Amino acid sequence: MEMKEMTYKDAINLAMSEEMRKDKNVIFMGEDIGLYGGAFGVSVGMFEEFGEDRVKDTPISEAVITGAAAGAAATGLRPICEMMFMDFITIAMDNLVNQAAKMRYMFGGKAKVPMTLRLPAGSGTGAAAQHCQSLEAWLCHVPGLKVVTASTPAEAKGLLKAAIRDDNPVCFVEHKLLYKMKGEVPVDDEYVLPLGQSDVKKEGTDVTIVTYGTILHRVMEAVEAVEKEGISVEVIDPRTLYPMDTETIVESVKKTGRAIVVHEAAKTGGLGGEIAAMISESEAFDFLDAPVLRVAGLDTPIPYNRNLEAAVAPSVDMIKDAIYKVMNR
Amino acid sequence: MSLSKETLMEMYLRMNHARLFEEKVAYFFSRGMVHGTTHLSVGQEASGVASCMALEDGDLASLTHRGHSQAVGFGLDINKMMAELLGKETGYCKGKGGSMHIADIDNGNLGANGIVGGGYCISVGAALTQQYQKTGKLVLCFAGDGSANEGSFHEALNLASVWKLPVIFFIENNLYGMSTPISKHMNITDIADRAKAYGIPGIIVDGNDPIEVYETVNKAAEGVRSGKGPVLIESKTYRWLGHSKSDAQAYRTKEEVQQWKEKDPIARLKKFMLENKIATAEEIEAVEEQARTNMENAVEFANNSPEPPVESVTEDVYA
Repeated sequence: MEMKEMTYKDAINLAMSEEMRKDKNVIFMGEDIGLYGGAFGVSVGMFEEFGEDRVKDTPISEAVITGAAAGAAATGLRPICEMMFMDFITIAMDNLVNQAAKMRYMFGGKAKVPMTLRLPAGSGTGAAAQHCQSLEAWLCHVPGLKVVTASTPAEAKGLLKAAIRDDNPVCFVEHKLLYKMKGEVPVDDEYVLPLGQSDVKKEGTDVTIVTYGTILHRVMEAVEAVEKEGISVEVIDPRTLYPMDTETIVESVKKTGRAIVVHEAAKTGGLGGEIAAMISESEAFDFLDAPVLRVAGLDTPIPYNRNLEAAVAPSVDMIKDAIYKVMNR
Repeated sequence: MSLSKETLMEMYLRMNHARLFEEKVAYFFSRGMVHGTTHLSVGQEASGVASCMALEDGDLASLTHRGHSQAVGFGLDINKMMAELLGKETGYCKGKGGSMHIADIDNGNLGANGIVGGGYCISVGAALTQQYQKTGKLVLCFAGDGSANEGSFHEALNLASVWKLPVIFFIENNLYGMSTPISKHMNITDIADRAKAYGIPGIIVDGNDPIEVYETVNKAAEGVRSGKGPVLIESKTYRWLGHSKSDAQAYRTKEEVQQWKEKDPIARLKKFMLENKIATAEEIEAVEEQARTNMENAVEFANNSPEPPVESVTEDVYA
C-alpha cells in the first residue's frame, strides 16, 4: 500500500476531499470552514477546490447546521458538518437527538439520514470549561446515532470516509491534541476502515486495556514502561464507540483475565462504566482475576490553569498504577 | 381566479376528510382505543389543507404535532394515517410513530414533529437539497405560534434567508401555545412582523378562508421557486378543541370558541362554491357522503390491520 506521511488534520481534509470528489451529493457545512479553513485549519484549501456551493460557511447557528444536515440527508444529500468545538453540540442537541437520530425508526424505517458531524473534542489546549469536553458517552446513549473516534492519522482518514459513506448520522470525535500528530497514511482513495470494528493496537497476555483517542498514546507510553518490568499488556482501541465491537474486548479479557478502561471523559457516566459492565455480563467474567478498573477524567469541568488542566485527565503514572493494581504488584 | 372546480372539490373533500378524521380520533380516544396523546386540528382545516393544495407535485412539507389536517392536505392516505393512530403495522410508520410522527419521506412528506419548532431546521435542510440539486421544488414548513419563540425559528429563518432557500414558513397562529395566550408569550400581535428581522416577506392570511390561504401560498410559491428566498406566512386560525386530550380549557371562554366556530372553514368553502355557482348542493353533498364513506373505510382498514410483530421493536434503528 502506497503511504504518505501527513498530519491527522490533513488526513481528515483528505478523507473529506476524496469523498467530495467521488460523490457530488457530499457537501460540507460549518462555521468558518470556507476561506478561513476552519478553526483548526482542517479544511484549508477545500473552499478553493469545491467552491461555495459545496463548502458552505454558516452563521453561528449550531442548531440549524445540524438540523439542516438532517433535512438535507433525508432528502438525498450526504452532508458533513463541523461543530467548531464538540462542546457546542449542546446547542444542536434537539436536532441531533430528537430529529436526526430518530427519523428512521419513528417513521417506520423509511428515512435514511446519511450525515456526519465532526466534533473537535478534548482538553489540553488551555481553552477551559466550555471548549474542552469529551461528551462522547452522551452520544452513545442515543439509539440511532453512531459514534466514531480515531487515534491516528491513517485511521482518521479510513474511518471518516466510512462515516461519510454510512447511511446513518455519525458523530465523529476528533481529539484536538491529535490534529498535529504525523503518521503514515494510505494514499489509496478507496482506503476505508469498517465501522464497528475494534483494532488491537498491541497484543499482550497479562492485562487488557481498552482505550481510544489521544489517551491511547499515553496508554502506549505506560505500557512500554511496564513491559520492561515483565508485564504484557494488550491494548484495544474500539474506534467505533457505538455500536462497539465488544467481541474483540471479551475475547481479549478471556485471554488476559484483567481489564482496565482508560478515557479522558469524566468517569461518572462515562464509557468506562459501560465497558466494565459489558465485560461483567459476558463470558469473560469467569476469567477475571481482578475487578475491572476505570482510569478516567475527574468529575470536574476542565480548568484553565496548565497544571490543573493536566490533573483532570489520566496521566501515564495513573495508568501504570492501575496496571500494577490489577497485577497485584 | 386560479382555482379550478376540480381543485376546489378536491380541497373540499380533503377538508372533510380532515374534520372527520379528527372526530374519529376523538371518539377512539374517548373509548381508550388510541394510545398516548393526540393534538386535534378541528377548525384549522383551511390552513392545513388549502396551503398544501397550492403545492406542485414533488414539493415537500414538514408538519407539526397538530398535523392531521396538514397530512390529509398533503395527500396522505387516510387509511394508513388511521392505521398509524391505532398503532397498526399498516400505518405510515408501522405503528412506531403514532399521531405525532406521521411521515411519508419517499413522497416528500418530511413528517409531523413532536418537538415544537422541530420542523424548521429539517425544512431548511430539505430546501437546501432542492436548491443544490436544482429541482425547482420547495418546502412548505408548517409551524405554530408557540414555535416562533424557539431558538430554531430564529436560526432556521436566518439561514434560509441568507442562503435564499426555497422554503415557505407557514405559521398557524391559533392564538394559544397550549394554554398560554399569545399576548403572554410575545409582545407583538402579528408573528409576520418577525419576518422583517430576517429580511424576508411576512404575509398575514385569514387561516379560516381556504381561498385566501390557497392564493397566498400559490403566489408566494412563485417567488420562492424563482430563487428569491423564503417567505413567512402567518395563518390566523383557531383550534376548536383542547390542546390535547387532557385539556379542561380553563384559559378561554365558551363564547370565544363559539365565535370561531362561526368562522368554520369548511362551511365557508361550501358557501363560496354555492354562491359562485361552482358546484350544486347535490354535488357538494355527494363529496360529503364520499368523505364519510372513505373515513368509514379507513377505520375498517385500520381495525382489520395486524398489530406489528413484537420482534419489529429492534428493527430500523439503523439503516
